Amino acid sequence: MRLQNKSFWTGIVISVLIYAACQLLIETGVLDDQTKTTLILICINIILGVSLNLINGITGQFSIGHAGFMSIGAYLSAILTLDFDLPFVVALILGGLAAAAAGMIIGIPSLRLKGDYLAIATLGFGEIIRIIWINTDYVGGAAGLSGIPNETNWTWVFVWTLITVVVINNFVNSTHGRACISVRENEIAAEAMGINTTMYKVMAFVIGAFFAGVAGGLSAHMFYILTPQSFNFLKSFEILVIVVLGGLGSTSGSIVGAIVLTLLYTWLQEWPEIRMLVYSGLLVLIMIFRPQGLLGTREITFNFLKKRGVQDGTTNIPS
Amino acid sequence: MDYVIQQIINGISVGSIYALIALGYTMVYGIIKLINFAHGDVFMVGAFVGLFSVQALEAQGMQSKIAIFLIALLVSMIASALLGIVIERTAYKPLRNASRIAVLITAIGVSFMLEYLMVYFLGPQVKGFPEIIEKTQYTIFGVQIDSNQIMILLVTVALMVILQFVVHRTKIGKAMRAVSFDQEAARLMGINVDTTISATFAVGSALAAAGGVIFGMTYSSVDPFMGIIPGLKAFVAAVLGGIGIIPGAFVGGLLLGVIETGVSSVGYSMWRDGVAFAILIGILIFKPSGLFGKNVREKV
Amino acid sequence: MTLAFGALAGCGGNKPAATSNNAGGASGGETIKIGANLELTGDVASYGTSARDGAKLAIEEINNAGGVLGKKLELVEADNASKNEESIRAAQKLLSEKVVAIVGAATSGNSVAMIPAVTEKKVPFISPSGTAEKVTVDERSGKLNEFAFRASFIDPFQGTVAAKFAINDLKAKTAAIYTDSSNDYSKGLAKSFKEQFTKLGGQVVAEENYQKRDTDFKAVLTRIKDKKPDVIYVPGYYEEVGKIIKQGREAGITVPFLGGDGWDSAELAKIAGNDNLKNTFFTNHYAADDKTPEVQAFVEAFKKKYNKTPDGFAILGYDSVKLIAEAIKKANSTDGTKIKDALASIKDYKAASGVISYDEKHNPVKSAVIIEMKDGKQTFKTKVNP
Repeated sequence: MRLQNKSFWTGIVISVLIYAACQLLIETGVLDDQTKTTLILICINIILGVSLNLINGITGQFSIGHAGFMSIGAYLSAILTLDFDLPFVVALILGGLAAAAAGMIIGIPSLRLKGDYLAIATLGFGEIIRIIWINTDYVGGAAGLSGIPNETNWTWVFVWTLITVVVINNFVNSTHGRACISVRENEIAAEAMGINTTMYKVMAFVIGAFFAGVAGGLSAHMFYILTPQSFNFLKSFEILVIVVLGGLGSTSGSIVGAIVLTLLYTWLQEWPEIRMLVYSGLLVLIMIFRPQGLLGTREITFNFLKKRGVQDGTTNIPS
Repeated sequence: MDYVIQQIINGISVGSIYALIALGYTMVYGIIKLINFAHGDVFMVGAFVGLFSVQALEAQGMQSKIAIFLIALLVSMIASALLGIVIERTAYKPLRNASRIAVLITAIGVSFMLEYLMVYFLGPQVKGFPEIIEKTQYTIFGVQIDSNQIMILLVTVALMVILQFVVHRTKIGKAMRAVSFDQEAARLMGINVDTTISATFAVGSALAAAGGVIFGMTYSSVDPFMGIIPGLKAFVAAVLGGIGIIPGAFVGGLLLGVIETGVSSVGYSMWRDGVAFAILIGILIFKPSGLFGKNVREKV
Repeated sequence: MTLAFGALAGCGGNKPAATSNNAGGASGGETIKIGANLELTGDVASYGTSARDGAKLAIEEINNAGGVLGKKLELVEADNASKNEESIRAAQKLLSEKVVAIVGAATSGNSVAMIPAVTEKKVPFISPSGTAEKVTVDERSGKLNEFAFRASFIDPFQGTVAAKFAINDLKAKTAAIYTDSSNDYSKGLAKSFKEQFTKLGGQVVAEENYQKRDTDFKAVLTRIKDKKPDVIYVPGYYEEVGKIIKQGREAGITVPFLGGDGWDSAELAKIAGNDNLKNTFFTNHYAADDKTPEVQAFVEAFKKKYNKTPDGFAILGYDSVKLIAEAIKKANSTDGTKIKDALASIKDYKAASGVISYDEKHNPVKSAVIIEMKDGKQTFKTKVNP
């Protein structure tokens, strides 16, 4: 950590500059509403991507139930601000914690399941959560919960994006993160080295789910209405696409993925007829020509102009 | 009692359609370990090709209903088999050595592409599908069953038996098993891995198309998004039975159908999918490789 | 320490170019822009594209007749991908292009999502088919959403009409209700049907649910059959209703099926089969054989332009544009607030889907007709005024 201080602070400074620049553009009205919403959506997608990357990319646990965690944070925080008048931050954190609790419950079967079986189990959990919302009249059932106050703004999402990236990045670079990577690389070897693989898998799920819940809360307080349908398995796929496109196992990759995909999707809005055709076509092409994702497992660092593997030489996984 | 039997029959008839789609799914999964999310969309394309063949044949003035059905089925199966090969060659083959998750994303991309190609050319609206062979209703001791339900079950069983035979008794089947066991070793043994994989895709896609035509006929409608849910259900069925195992897909499909129908029949239709998933998770936790799967211990 | 924030730098200056898909050939200032925030892709793309087809036809007709206030109308489309968050962005895109009013969205949820955005910019919208009460009235505060209108019935009216018909004309004493629970339209109709049916002395013996894209209904239909109702109320859309009726008849259910305007599509008969549709009825805005000139003209023109029969969404999309044009004419202005006031004061406007007057909750008050399916064809049965 100490050695990387310089890079860390450079990153913080650059982020703050980006924040200030965007904030200035918003304040002066240079950016219109749609662009502002797009910026916020990008940040929410970054939080989702980075948190899923911790589970899928870093720890190697194939999860496609992220939309389920997101919905828990979204619904709970919305209820807390709507019906209990809690401050926005408190609601967000409680929403995140509830999602984290769900992450723990879902993490437990992952102790026994591997690969595609885990994938289908997490998908199942995600769908079960959605079905629970549909059947809960208190949150409007299938019709959804509307009238959620608009609390999310550029500052909030930026702060949370920063927190997510810093926390997850530091986690990955800590002893615990190393342990998670070892679970991904070779679970049996990791276990043989005395790493409690069970604990690390659950830990990844819990942290990932927490931030997914926060992203859900931010999104709920941005878009006025919540419907269970927004959190179906296709939403989980969307997040997975962000992670894989950016480069599985790379935090900066998830960020790039979120930005590229959100902008691409927005840009294609002009041509509804071919929107999804172009989107899916590009997805296939990128995967064919760059199956490791845009960044692979590399990270963009601020040790200037150097791109390299995660510190201690976690090299690209040979594909 | 009638009620229970009737519901079990309903469940088996839903389940046999799931099983039919799951057979193809499990074949493809078995050989390259790819969750082929585009499978449901090949199913959809198959249904549309079937619809157009039927319309064309009827416009030609063909009389025999059975002939129309069989020709439409054949055309659709061949077209989808070709589509399957094209998808495999263009989208999956370049990724043969990439991570499996990258292939999965490609599969999702292909799935969207097929859906929106159909939307682009035909619009997203639901289209009616003619009931080619008229159904005959039978009432046995107060229980309703129709010829179509019996036909689906028979077709599914027949296909399962044929597949099982192909995979375990023929040369290509032997090649398929070898490739699924170890691609590199299979290559060294002189097996043409690419051809084998393409053949598997062709067979899987043809099965999906057969499922699509029968599905369209049973529910009298087709639309570009019709493959999503059955695709997901078929995947669940395949996992339930033990993925890659042909009789497992069949049993998994039937079981899923009966479970879903059971939940609906006691008045919890809203929780139907939830219960199905919960049972799936339960089975996976206690028998992680599915009902028929062998628990392969990872080698150190 | 690796840090990854740099990638954020890419997000600054992107601003999607403001183009429109459907420019009427005229350059800026010459046309009046009307936005369309519709479900053109995604889950319910079939609703949005139908409404869009209707809206386009209306624009074309108005322009051929000389436009409004001496200017041509231009439809600016935005796709909300059937998602709430995209609906807001689509609305913001339209607002940034200075549309004077918006058609959309087709579903209640996506319509509700754009309320804050349009209210802030004071631009009214008409949801062609968002039937939930909360589209025009906030569900928590009970306050009117000033800039929200709709072209369809609200749910209570149709449900009530259907219940009266079941009791008086079908002489039903017991009913089963089979609702699309993923859809507030269906839930709203079911609720008001139940209220009215029990009020008139009927008894609801079964309440069951399905979800959009379900295909097999036999399990629940067998359950309903077991309860022996005199009538089965299925307020849903034709895709599923067609299958329900077909499978119901196959399961040996002979009692009448009854439904709402979601049944209105030529595909219904193809899905259900003509024979199975015997003894089924639904409430609708108009009857195709109801010889009303407005209806006939619309159906003709639609068939000519698109070579297909319009469904309920198409006619409502068409009416939404016509209503906006009428309001602009009445207001003699393209100012959002004035258009809104003019819309609110519309009385006895002859739209294709019926004669429309807005009440104080921005809901159209219009008569309903009951249609009986005979040999796969819609035949006019009776007309009910509000």
